[in-house]
Amino acid sequence: MKEQKKSWNELPIGGSILEAGNSKNYFTGTWRTFKPVHNAKLCINCYFCWMHCPDDSIVIENGKVTGMDLDHCKGCGVCAEVCPKKAITMEKEEK
Amino acid sequence: MAFLLKDLIKKQAPLASGHRMCAGCPAPVIVKQVLMSTDHPKVCTNATGCLEVATTIFPFTSWKVPWLHIAFENSAAAVSGVEAAYHGLANKGELPEDMKNAKFIAFGGDGGTYDIGIQALSGALERGHNMLYVCYDNEGYMNTGIQRSSATPIGANTTTTPVGSQSYGKREIRKDLLSIVVAHHIPYAATCAPHDWMDGMKKSQKAIETEGPAFLNYFSPCIPGWKIPADAWRKLSELAVKTCFWPLIEVENGKWSLTGESKRIADGKAEKVPAVEFMKNQGRFKHLFTQKKDDVLALIQADIDRSWDFYRKMAGY
Amino acid sequence: MSSGRFIAVDGADTAAFAMKQIDPDVVAAYPITPQTEIVMKFSEYVANGEVKTRYVTVESEHSAMSACVAAAAAGARAMTATAANGLALMWEILYIAASYRLPIIMGVANRALSGPINIHGDHSDAMGARDSGWVQLYSENNQEVYDNYIMALKIAEHKDVMLPVMVNQDGFITSHSVENVEPLTDEQVRDYIGKKPAHFKGLLTYGKPVTIGPLDLQDYYFEHKMQQHTAMQKVLPVIKEVQEDYFKKFNRKYEIIEKYKADDAEMVIVGMNSVMGTVKDLVDELREKGVKIGAIKPRVFRPFPKNEIADILKNFKAVAILDRADSFGSFAPLYAETLAAMYKFEKRPYIRSYIHGLGGRDTTMELLGTVANDLIKMKDSGEGHLSEAYLGVR
Repeated sequence: MKEQKKSWNELPIGGSILEAGNSKNYFTGTWRTFKPVHNAKLCINCYFCWMHCPDDSIVIENGKVTGMDLDHCKGCGVCAEVCPKKAITMEKEEK
Repeated sequence: MAFLLKDLIKKQAPLASGHRMCAGCPAPVIVKQVLMSTDHPKVCTNATGCLEVATTIFPFTSWKVPWLHIAFENSAAAVSGVEAAYHGLANKGELPEDMKNAKFIAFGGDGGTYDIGIQALSGALERGHNMLYVCYDNEGYMNTGIQRSSATPIGANTTTTPVGSQSYGKREIRKDLLSIVVAHHIPYAATCAPHDWMDGMKKSQKAIETEGPAFLNYFSPCIPGWKIPADAWRKLSELAVKTCFWPLIEVENGKWSLTGESKRIADGKAEKVPAVEFMKNQGRFKHLFTQKKDDVLALIQADIDRSWDFYRKMAGY
Repeated sequence: MSSGRFIAVDGADTAAFAMKQIDPDVVAAYPITPQTEIVMKFSEYVANGEVKTRYVTVESEHSAMSACVAAAAAGARAMTATAANGLALMWEILYIAASYRLPIIMGVANRALSGPINIHGDHSDAMGARDSGWVQLYSENNQEVYDNYIMALKIAEHKDVMLPVMVNQDGFITSHSVENVEPLTDEQVRDYIGKKPAHFKGLLTYGKPVTIGPLDLQDYYFEHKMQQHTAMQKVLPVIKEVQEDYFKKFNRKYEIIEKYKADDAEMVIVGMNSVMGTVKDLVDELREKGVKIGAIKPRVFRPFPKNEIADILKNFKAVAILDRADSFGSFAPLYAETLAAMYKFEKRPYIRSYIHGLGGRDTTMELLGTVANDLIKMKDSGEGHLSEAYLGVR
């Protein structure tokens, strides 16, 4: 996101941040060298990946894992490591 | 109460993505386990450290609960102040409805807890605030560049205990923080390891619901500090417990017990794995293997055996 | 309308009494001489249910200030008190309190900052904290301690300010001396301070999750400092407004800089806190002898009332500045800042620095008499102009 920097008199005082969870607008997906690839056919929706993901980047829709939030996933690979069905594999990120 | 992942996924995660913790750092997972263990309104304080800086780089915050950071050594004093404000406002009928029955949770790393923050922690525990203090213990000052803390284990190569011709790394044993905390005779204290999320969440839930001070020491492998791969935390967390390097302990009203895999080991239902299995794939211990420091490895095993014996005895084994 | 009711109390009990009437949501404090009496007395009010305050008996001043910052950040009125080494231990958190824009009120029973250790009065503690971003009020006597406490809250919580305020009184000389004080009634104080203003919000009262105290790097830190600077710029007009309102409501007149017999004076002695009582006595004595001398007492040191003090001092022939603190290797604080403020004028009075009363050394009429004699010489000859003296040191 292109960040519009505010001037001192436009910011809330004291350095407080009033918009909870707005780091969602900061994309850490660019850090990745490997990206997780989810195979829905193998996935049993145990959600272990969700519990172990440090970046809240497992996308779940209607109770089913549908993939990863690649805007934020840093590619650590813990999801692949913990997956009991090897439904997630780490692949080299293509530039 | 057991936690079901199919229920948890429907709830809002307390920490948004877009934080700048290292890839593969389990600290955000620890926050998730602690904060998702109950539905109370929660207010958090945070000591200066990785978790604090990387989750709140202005103008961005990852926190979806009210959150306060003041400084390094005072997360416990800060949570005391917020809890006092809660009561002070309640005394005057000025507490907003959505904050009734709120819980107060302090986070700090081992540097901010074992070392510079121990005075504030001790004070807050003694005063009996209704709060939970969570130490995420990554065994060193990682945010400032991997210096040793009193939580760093023997033999670890850190930037203030570097390996050299006269040094095999840190020489001193880890401080037994749990025992220090328990000596305050608080109602609840426990150790957790994030791979055993069920154990961690059950303990978090108990700790949060306890009236009075509670304490959790959460094992938190550090990717750059321990020189381990980004996907390694889960396995290392598991090995730390299996080797009894990090026993899972619970102390409720002075009664010690072991939980999870630690209980199985104590009960003779599982093998205690040799410490080298935990250490061999960590860069911070690499010199012990390449330089064949068997005497130091023996020292480390002896220290683990000693502390494991102590905790087992405390738990009535 | 004042209450017309007098109580005989020392300065510390006066502070505690004002705190009781304010009835803050949270007090977090740690004992240190000569502040102890404040927290002891306030503890009695808590023990007897005379306040609704949540009182946190912390294990250090560092935690006292930390808990106050947290309480205020949570949306509560928070107060504490300290002195000397206690204030020094708070140092780190003082800056944070100010930069988070938290209207905390803290009493300071000014005491020498070690070492060697000394428990008696001087201003080295507060002067060391002068750049922490706190508003600093100074009190000559117990009545002023009382009124400063009550007004401090209005200043701190003003929407243009939202800064912490330190109410200074001299350790022992004020804190432990019994004087008659005319307090307002509890109702008067309650009505005057009112409820917390709507802009005073915190973790518990925002109505939405807020992050307070994030990491603030090159991109925004400077802007937040600019906000602090701007808030400080607004403090003096707010103090003026508060003092005028206080006068209207309670018939007690205070000014940012008090002038005593200065209108026709040729010479003045400038200083802060209790020494000014003795200076006024000296002025009275010398006036009887026809000496045209007066006294100037800044009641606010932060923000420094630079234009006000310069405009007052510019017409005198000779000025003595009393500092109860040194700034080793430089000019004493009040002297240095006064000199800087006077620079804008082409024609300036002769001026001399006096450091006095360090570690509780008594600044007697006799010693101050030597200052007056110096002024009499200096006003015509300029002798001693811009020199620095240590009053009464052997």
